[in-house]
Amino acid sequence: MTIVQPNRRLFLAGVALVTLLPGAARATADEMAAAIRAVTGGQPLRRGRVKLDLPPLVENGSTVPLRVSVDSPMTADDHVTAIHVFNEKNPQPHVFHASLSPRAGKAIVSTRIKLGDSQRIVAVAEMSGGSFWTASADVIVTLAACLEDLT
Amino acid sequence: MTALINVPGRAKRGEIVEIKALISHPMETGFRPGANGSIIPRNIIDTLRCTYNGAEIFRMTMTPAIAANPFVSFFTTATESGTIAFAWTGDNGFAAEESAQITVE
Repeated sequence: MTIVQPNRRLFLAGVALVTLLPGAARATADEMAAAIRAVTGGQPLRRGRVKLDLPPLVENGSTVPLRVSVDSPMTADDHVTAIHVFNEKNPQPHVFHASLSPRAGKAIVSTRIKLGDSQRIVAVAEMSGGSFWTASADVIVTLAACLEDLT
Repeated sequence: MTALINVPGRAKRGEIVEIKALISHPMETGFRPGANGSIIPRNIIDTLRCTYNGAEIFRMTMTPAIAANPFVSFFTTATESGTIAFAWTGDNGFAAEESAQITVE
């Protein structure tokens, strides 16, 4: 039995390694948090003012409509300077960064994104006063991006 | 490549107008294996810049998480008649430009 034990451990370690490896190509919640920290510089994130519109259930992760709207008067003194979007489980935590000026009039940005898995999407709005506001949305994806159209 | 932009032709001074831009591009992520099993190299548009009579009004940094044929919409205040111009740049020296005229009354 004493000889079998180490082999069993080795085998279990091997199984753990193999099951963990595919996960290595994905961003994690920690990586997303780190990417958000890099943007906010450790400033507190406040909930509210930001609205993130995404379909809750997505059939095809290759093209998912996303809309971020921020409640802001968009004046020279009080406007949104940037909108950042992050994801949890795509290979990289960043989705996009948009720079806005008071000329925008409305702080609304729409685009289409790819989702590699069911996950949480986080939007962060950076205000001219230096504060950061956030909203998040959970999306369920039935067919992930990157798995189809292998040409 | 084909780019489509949608800018209202006419607007009242001070009106907030929506601007839409669509460009045909594969936005290859660099994470997918191809038919022979090797990874298809990354080929994306990484920057979209929009100017209104030469002044920058919007800039977006894109990542592989943006869907193929990137579509972006945003708003701007119609201040004066002139040109709204878009410039996309990306991997492998990709560069595209498109512009539209707006008449402000």
